[in-house]
Amino acid sequence: MTNFWHPHRIVMAAIAIAIILACALLLRWDWLPKYLPLIGQGIWRTLWLLAVTATLGFLIAIPLGLAQAAGPWYLAAPARIFCTVIRGTPLLLQLWLLYYGLGSLFPQFPAIRESDLWPYLRQAWPYAVVALTLSFAGYEGEVMRGAFKGVPGGQLEAARAMGMPRTTILRRIWLPLAIQRALPTLGGETVLQLKATPLVATITVVDIYAVASRVRQDTFIVYEPLLLLAVVYMVITGLIVLAFRWLENRIPSRVA
Amino acid sequence: MERLHKSFGPLEVLKGVNLTAHQGDVVAIIGGSGSGKSTMLRCINFLETPTSGRIIIGGQEVALRPDGQPANRKQIENLRQSLGMVFQQFNLWSHKTVLENLIEVPTQVLKIPKDQAITRARALLDRVGLADKENTYPAFMSGGQQQRAAIARALAINPRAMLFDEPTSALDPELVGEVLGVIRDLATEGRTMILVTHEMKFAREVASHVIYLHNGVIEEEGPPDQLFAAPKSERLQQFLATVG
Repeated sequence: MTNFWHPHRIVMAAIAIAIILACALLLRWDWLPKYLPLIGQGIWRTLWLLAVTATLGFLIAIPLGLAQAAGPWYLAAPARIFCTVIRGTPLLLQLWLLYYGLGSLFPQFPAIRESDLWPYLRQAWPYAVVALTLSFAGYEGEVMRGAFKGVPGGQLEAARAMGMPRTTILRRIWLPLAIQRALPTLGGETVLQLKATPLVATITVVDIYAVASRVRQDTFIVYEPLLLLAVVYMVITGLIVLAFRWLENRIPSRVA
Repeated sequence: MERLHKSFGPLEVLKGVNLTAHQGDVVAIIGGSGSGKSTMLRCINFLETPTSGRIIIGGQEVALRPDGQPANRKQIENLRQSLGMVFQQFNLWSHKTVLENLIEVPTQVLKIPKDQAITRARALLDRVGLADKENTYPAFMSGGQQQRAAIARALAINPRAMLFDEPTSALDPELVGEVLGVIRDLATEGRTMILVTHEMKFAREVASHVIYLHNGVIEEEGPPDQLFAAPKSERLQQFLATVG
């Protein structure tokens, strides 16, 4: 290993340590122990929301992309309209339309009120999950459309030429190649999705953002909870980036 | 195939061509660029659907709807599983290693047990001189290696006939030899092959029958020695003079 501790690195590291020490010593963190359990729950809820909505959204995005890339017009047109509408309206608006719109319509129907789903429909989080899922699906549907179209035709032709049925080609060749092409974009979009999650705090879902707001309201400490929030989101982003880098490197598609 | 026509829109690429290959035949299709030779080959396994004409393989006529589309997709799939196709651009699946490329169709489509497919794939890789490359991804191999792997992949489905669509045209000159060596090897073991090629010397050497295609018609055909040594038609004489 070559010498890591170049002078400029030592200076930068010293500055970083100084900032962290200053934050730790000069700012107020006495509230932290009391709110720790709540913070833990908030982080968990944010992660959960991200994982569930990104996964479900991506599963919806696959048919959306496929329909647009290769489907007949009666499938391609609705898929394109869905993606355009979702991408053309703010997520906050979608969230509120679902929660305040549908959420206030549902109780007017006794059939819904008495159904087994009602215990869920009267809570806020299902609306948050649906809105975030549809949003992710809308954006990723577009990404997958490009990815499906970008797969080299020759590789699909080779599969056809060997007598592979169409569903097998999709499952074994087309979809894996499309996902592989889309991975770098999907990584970035997942980071964006993480940073879309705080919006759910506006419909009373208590994620890490809502927890930080609550700390500020309870304690009148303004700055420190926000700093904590920034660190939390940065760490999660780092983890997402690492996870996608690992996924991308699993299949070396081109010579470095 | 009989009286095969193929049009792309107003452009008629094949104007009634006939081709017969018996078990063990090596048919070489030669001709200038745009003569329709690749289209002719691709009609055999329906990568292009002929506009009209009949295709009979293994005594079985492929059923076509009046619009020229295959009537029965299953029949086409079965037919394709008996024909190994090798492309100009190799077209190996880039997300799979060489070995995975070879066992993909045998295990997923032909439902051969995986260990059996692997044993067979390794034997084929050994045969094309790629025994040490089984865990390599296509992007890390030279064009010649990729094409040899593609030939092994086509052989892995144990085809009745092999179709080669200009297998050496995308290769650097110094890599052509290794691929032709593998194809020559297949010809000597008596495999039925139909080969579209620009390598005249090679066609002359391995083919049992040569077809010269010009503007979608068979201008001249016959045994290679006759065709290359004493071409009758003026066009073929010109063609051989330019590529010779």
